[in-house]
Amino acid sequence: MSDLRDLYQTVILDHYKKPRNFGRPEGADRTAQGVNPLCGDRVQVFARLEGDKVAAVGFEGSGCAISTAAASLMTQAVQGRTRREVDELFGHYHDMVTGEGEGDASLGKLEVLAGVREFPARVKCATLSWHALRAALDGRAEPVTTE
Amino acid sequence: MSSAHEILHPDAAPAPLTELEVARLREDFPILRQTMHGKPLVYLDSANTSQKPRSVIDAVARFYSTDYANVRRGVYELSERADRAFEGARERVRRFLNAPDAREVVFVRGTTEAINLVAASFGRARVGPGDEVLITAMEHHSNIVPWQMLCRERGASLSVAPIDDRGDVLIDELARRIGPRTRLVSVVHVSNALGTVNPVREIVQMAHAHGIPVLLDGAQAAPRMPVDVQALGCDFYAISGHKLYGPSGIGALWGRAELLEEMPPWQGGGEMIETVTFEETKYAAIPAKFEAGTPNIAGAVGLGAAMDWIEAIGLDRIAAYEHELLAEATARVAELPGARLIGTARQKSGVLAFALDGIHAHDVATILDREGVCVRAGHHCAQPVVERFGVPATVRASFGVYNTREDVDALLRGLRTAVEVFR
Repeated sequence: MSDLRDLYQTVILDHYKKPRNFGRPEGADRTAQGVNPLCGDRVQVFARLEGDKVAAVGFEGSGCAISTAAASLMTQAVQGRTRREVDELFGHYHDMVTGEGEGDASLGKLEVLAGVREFPARVKCATLSWHALRAALDGRAEPVTTE
Repeated sequence: MSSAHEILHPDAAPAPLTELEVARLREDFPILRQTMHGKPLVYLDSANTSQKPRSVIDAVARFYSTDYANVRRGVYELSERADRAFEGARERVRRFLNAPDAREVVFVRGTTEAINLVAASFGRARVGPGDEVLITAMEHHSNIVPWQMLCRERGASLSVAPIDDRGDVLIDELARRIGPRTRLVSVVHVSNALGTVNPVREIVQMAHAHGIPVLLDGAQAAPRMPVDVQALGCDFYAISGHKLYGPSGIGALWGRAELLEEMPPWQGGGEMIETVTFEETKYAAIPAKFEAGTPNIAGAVGLGAAMDWIEAIGLDRIAAYEHELLAEATARVAELPGARLIGTARQKSGVLAFALDGIHAHDVATILDREGVCVRAGHHCAQPVVERFGVPATVRASFGVYNTREDVDALLRGLRTAVEVFR
């Protein structure tokens, strides 16, 4: 039960039940879809860049608690960051959820997803929205998949 | 009890396996003797793939240890032994399905390949522009995609008979879709996503009244109930070994000899020929015509051993026992707060699919895994039917001959934990 509590922390359940930045933000000029063909989960991420900075970001879709909370927390974490900073943050985040790194101070609130490392089957849930966001920022049209 | 009650009428319902019998046959499954996250392993994913009894594992190992050689080409003794084992397995499949003739049994990788074979061979020969292939709304992707590919290639169309909210096919709607352009009806015998047992005899009769052949996808039915292709009256029947307590990578397509004989080969290569020159090839007779290349010989031997093992227990008794387990699990899951059963057909077999309000199926499966309970979460390779019920994913517990009431207890314990975590 304790590793389940680590995975399903109060913050994660809160973001699952009340996702932040849900929907298409005004003026969003780029979007990409993420699909996990294993489970059929879909997430659509929208973004608006001002210069090289993420000025607005939002998402839509239905998924499990991990993927929904991960998307919701992501939209808060990347706000105001440059594309390069988003990539760097994703690198640290990826290391954290796969257990490959020690985490990084820059992760901030995203650290509530550290419990995912004990559940390798769920890493894809935690990273799907990130892959979609990066595709959107790169202007790629094809949906990204976790496979 | 008076003695009159003890005389079994030939039509009497078969006695379900007793708890003692199940406890004994569980001993045949080495994989079940382990713990998962500190809990006894509870395997409730047999509709996905079944575990293997010792006799199947041993049959494959023994065959590789003593009798293995290639089939249909050696003149030496060892090759003849391999041939006998392989053809013996074909005869075993014939008996299992009560098919008239072992030549009608084609070894394939599984149900998916069996259906692809019919689509590629029968389909290319018989389906042309404007024609139709009829399926139902509850098919597995393996009974949708091969027909979509064929229809796209041939300019034909795929017709889909709808289902109702319980998960029963709307039989009048299906009947209405059988017409002069229908070339094949391809229907699942037991639905992997809903557990529905389709009225396949009735469907066969309806199609045959128009002279249209019927393929039945028997992947889920064959491990769960006695199958008699002559009594069903169908024209093709497809099964997978791995769901039948046999090895993965082996399955069979049964088809009527007259159809198989007129169908062109679908893959070219060794074993499927009689003579080859650079100008022309004369194909082998059935079933070799459809078995290009070295087949999964040991897999076929293992499948034969699995059928021996199943029939020694009795499929009718397995069916009766699994029905009891399913009924108990269904009643208990239905009582959970926020539970919604997906698939409540009049006749069901082996599969309990459901959704819990506010808890995604994946999260349920992760929490159950921590209780040692293996279930499937997702769309079960049947995305259209799961979406038909307005949910992105379901939790599916499915039963095999080795499952017990304690397994149902573990499932319910895990589900209550899930409800608690998400409260």
